[in-house]
Amino acid sequence: MSLDARIPSGPLAQKWDRYKSDMKLVNPANKRKFDVIVVGTGLSGGAAAATLAELGYQVKAFCFQDTPRRAHSIAAQGGINAAKNYQNDGDSVFRLFYDTLKGGDFRAREANVFRLAQVSASIIDQCAAQGVPFAREYGGTLTNRSFGGAQVSRTFYARGQTGQQLLLGAYQAMCRQISLGNIRMYPRTEMLDLVVVDGVARGIVVRNLVTGEISLHSADAVVLATGGYANVFFLSTNAIGCNVTATYRAYKKGAFFANPCYTQIHPTCIPVSGDHQAKLTLMSESLRNDGRVWVPRRKEDCGRPPASVPEADRDYYLERKYPSYGNLAPRDIASRAAKEVCDTGRGVGPGGRGVYLDFSDAIKRSGEDAIRDRYGNLFEMYERITGENAYRQPMHIYPAVHYAMGGTWVDYGLMSTLPGLFVVGEANFSDHGANRLGASGLMQGLADGYFILPYTIGHYFASTKQVKVPASHAEFKKAEEGVRQFTRRLLSINGQRSATSFHKELGRLMWENCGMARTRQSLEINLKRIPELREEFWKNVKVTGSGEELNQNLEHAGRVADFLEFAELLCLDALHREESCGGHFRVEHQTEDGEAKRDDANFAYVAAWEFKGADKKPELHKEPLVCEEVHMATRSYK
Amino acid sequence: MNLTLKIWRQKNAASPGCFETHEARDVSPDMSFLEMLDVVNERLIAGGQEPFVFDSDCREGICGTCSLVINGIPHGSRKGTTVCQLHLRYFKDGQTVTIEPWRARAFPIVKDLIVDRAAFDRIMQAGGFVSVNTGNAPEANALPVSKEIADLAMDAAACIGCGACVAVCKNASAMLFVAAKVSHLNYLPQGKAEKDRRVKNMVSQMDKEGFGNCTVTGSCEAVCPKEISLDFIAKMNRDYAVALVKGELKKSAAGGVG
Ligand SMILES: Cc1cc2nc3c(=O)[nH]c(=O)nc-3n(C[C@H](O)[C@H](O)[C@H](O)COP(=O)(O)OP(=O)(O)OC[C@H]3O[C@@H](n4cnc5c(N)ncnc54)[C@H](O)[C@@H]3O)c2cc1C
Ligand code: SF4
Ligand code: FES
Repeated sequence: MSLDARIPSGPLAQKWDRYKSDMKLVNPANKRKFDVIVVGTGLSGGAAAATLAELGYQVKAFCFQDTPRRAHSIAAQGGINAAKNYQNDGDSVFRLFYDTLKGGDFRAREANVFRLAQVSASIIDQCAAQGVPFAREYGGTLTNRSFGGAQVSRTFYARGQTGQQLLLGAYQAMCRQISLGNIRMYPRTEMLDLVVVDGVARGIVVRNLVTGEISLHSADAVVLATGGYANVFFLSTNAIGCNVTATYRAYKKGAFFANPCYTQIHPTCIPVSGDHQAKLTLMSESLRNDGRVWVPRRKEDCGRPPASVPEADRDYYLERKYPSYGNLAPRDIASRAAKEVCDTGRGVGPGGRGVYLDFSDAIKRSGEDAIRDRYGNLFEMYERITGENAYRQPMHIYPAVHYAMGGTWVDYGLMSTLPGLFVVGEANFSDHGANRLGASGLMQGLADGYFILPYTIGHYFASTKQVKVPASHAEFKKAEEGVRQFTRRLLSINGQRSATSFHKELGRLMWENCGMARTRQSLEINLKRIPELREEFWKNVKVTGSGEELNQNLEHAGRVADFLEFAELLCLDALHREESCGGHFRVEHQTEDGEAKRDDANFAYVAAWEFKGADKKPELHKEPLVCEEVHMATRSYK
Repeated sequence: MNLTLKIWRQKNAASPGCFETHEARDVSPDMSFLEMLDVVNERLIAGGQEPFVFDSDCREGICGTCSLVINGIPHGSRKGTTVCQLHLRYFKDGQTVTIEPWRARAFPIVKDLIVDRAAFDRIMQAGGFVSVNTGNAPEANALPVSKEIADLAMDAAACIGCGACVAVCKNASAMLFVAAKVSHLNYLPQGKAEKDRRVKNMVSQMDKEGFGNCTVTGSCEAVCPKEISLDFIAKMNRDYAVALVKGELKKSAAGGVG
């Protein structure tokens, strides 16, 4: 099957306008006749559900939390990018586009990234109008900060809780539509399968997490906004409920999965403290505006109190290696650099797996109050977790898994390879290539939800023949039976090990063999070990309780079962990609000074995998990446 | 370290519940309270017993999902801290710790330590928004907002909707939550047009949900993990009074002429 991204023709800057003027419209009175299912109500799904309902579509929205206001998007601390050029520092749509494309190591689709930069400014307008309390100057205008991978200041923020405030904006817009009867909201409900009839997505099977009741929902289109799969590593900065179930089950129903090996490791997280750990905590990248990253020059100094290491004996390795970006080097580069210094024995803290993030210069320069004003809540969070005061001594930080650039393959209109199935936000693969720049995840989620999907879904309805398929159709019953069987099977094994113990073991395999540095050999180990672990899971997992009640153990086991299959796909993709790019670093492919070495001649494509059956190898489809307007340069931050 | 836990067990809303005692042996002071419960649950599963269910997601104090009463105090005794961010280093070795769900009429227990907080969503649906459709927004800097006002709105908007304020209140009042939500939007120029309707509708929904009256004991402010200030309650009361007066004026103006 050829992968046609359906990118509009014409010059880059005119593609989106051209799409909008050429697209077919649904007349306002007819919109009411279309049902849309939105699974996931984080930033992308919440924005999409609200906007679709405003337009007149009948929306049903689902999430597994007790309310949409708690989606994982809420945890974003740092900010959201937009090409407003309020700082008059030379920013523009083109510059935001270019930074994002380059940040992604030229492995994203040029036309999508350009559109993202184009709509970015409207996002800020929209959110400000909703009452998002963005940080402001005394004059009343919006203020900005800098983020990694950019030399302009274009990041908007709301204290240290930009994600919560943006999500509340989308949630409030949803609340309004719920009260108007345009959205029916199903919280504490998990999608367990996608229903496909004659090659078209027609609905979903869900489980009510409180009663265990399984129900069927049909619609004219299904939108997945179910977030990323970083928890395949067990330990990550994601909320503990984040999972791959919705997109993975859609993959098994025919929606190709793209670039699963592009995972992001964030450089500034609180290091692991023990085996009990359930998740890792991010310290926002914005801290690198004022914090300086260093380790001692000599191994012997690693055990000394940091303040007693003289300036001359410190290695500010990011400033040394990347003088023009310094501490604001992009995430993949900063993470790998941290691993490198720790690998040479110069790491600090428990197990030598940590580096310092030091604010003493900034405190000297601007005073403790200024630093508190900017990052107070982050310092408090650090203190709560570690018991240490970062105003007095540097933070200990270490990289941790953070974000999934890969996801369901979608075309320019955000539709997957299954007609009628749209995928938005972190769940799709679209805009970040092999590495996401800071403050661009929120931007993409909201761009998809507020400004792109509402147009493209209308075009789909208006340009394809629509037939209603009711939930009484045989395919729905079949999918329901599949879900019931899956649940029964999990409950009947009654083995010796908990789902968590399998999840942790899988996570260790992924981190060690498919983490910051990957080799053919390490990936082959995983491709052997993961199927073995999966086999053991299905023989030896222990799930307590029943399916007819609130059962967190059962929910988790189902998610782990999917991770155990998905992890193999991720490693397969990592093995096939014989180059290094962005977050995907293959040790075999590096330059003399240890930088990632891309291979544009052979790998300038999106790898989209097609499910071929339970024990069969998935089939690889390629969407060539053609840069029409920019040159695929070697990425340098020196 | 070791802890003795008395944990609330309740099959569902209809059944009665009771405390069960469990030992948490060899747990580390570096664990968070919820990680300690994870360990306890893992051990229960290994022994073929049912784990306790409790709500959590972000585990970094921002999503408002976690909701445990520790030794009688929602989120435990550390100021400005959700229970997912509470670490065992603040407990004493050998201590006995009781763990209960939020208790309030408007938050029925779902199972064990999980309650239903949908009442908060319904209050938000009654008016906790600005009626602006996507695409209608003017250029963001066209409407300046002074830093003082933006900061005040942000202070209110910091509420994570956890419900600890209700759980601690002897009247199970939701005033702090509702005040935070009303104030966030009522302070901002963007929310001004619907200021009166918002406060009236949200307060009226709050009353319908069965939350108790506020007698300003201040216990809510003390347990609030985001340290939302009681001042917002005063602000909401003012807004409410103004809205009532205006409402009456409008009625008499419309009906009083003839
Ligand atoms: C700690 C942290 C900090 C971050 N900081 C920033 C930042 O400063 N700037 C930035 O731009 N980005 C940041 N990011 C990234 C960004 O927050 C996320 O990429 C983005 O919020 C994802 O939004 P989403 O709408 O795609 O998905 P999510 O917010 O993850 O929402 C997923 C939704 O899907 C639902 N769901 C999932 N599976 C199912 C299922 N099977 N059935 C039913 N419902 C389901 C969930 O209930 C939820 O509603 C950060 C990420 C983390 C982890
Ligand atoms: S006011 Fe405080 S305690 Fe009440 S819901 Fe909000 S954050 Fe929780
Ligand atoms: S789990 Fe999110 S606030 Fe505690």
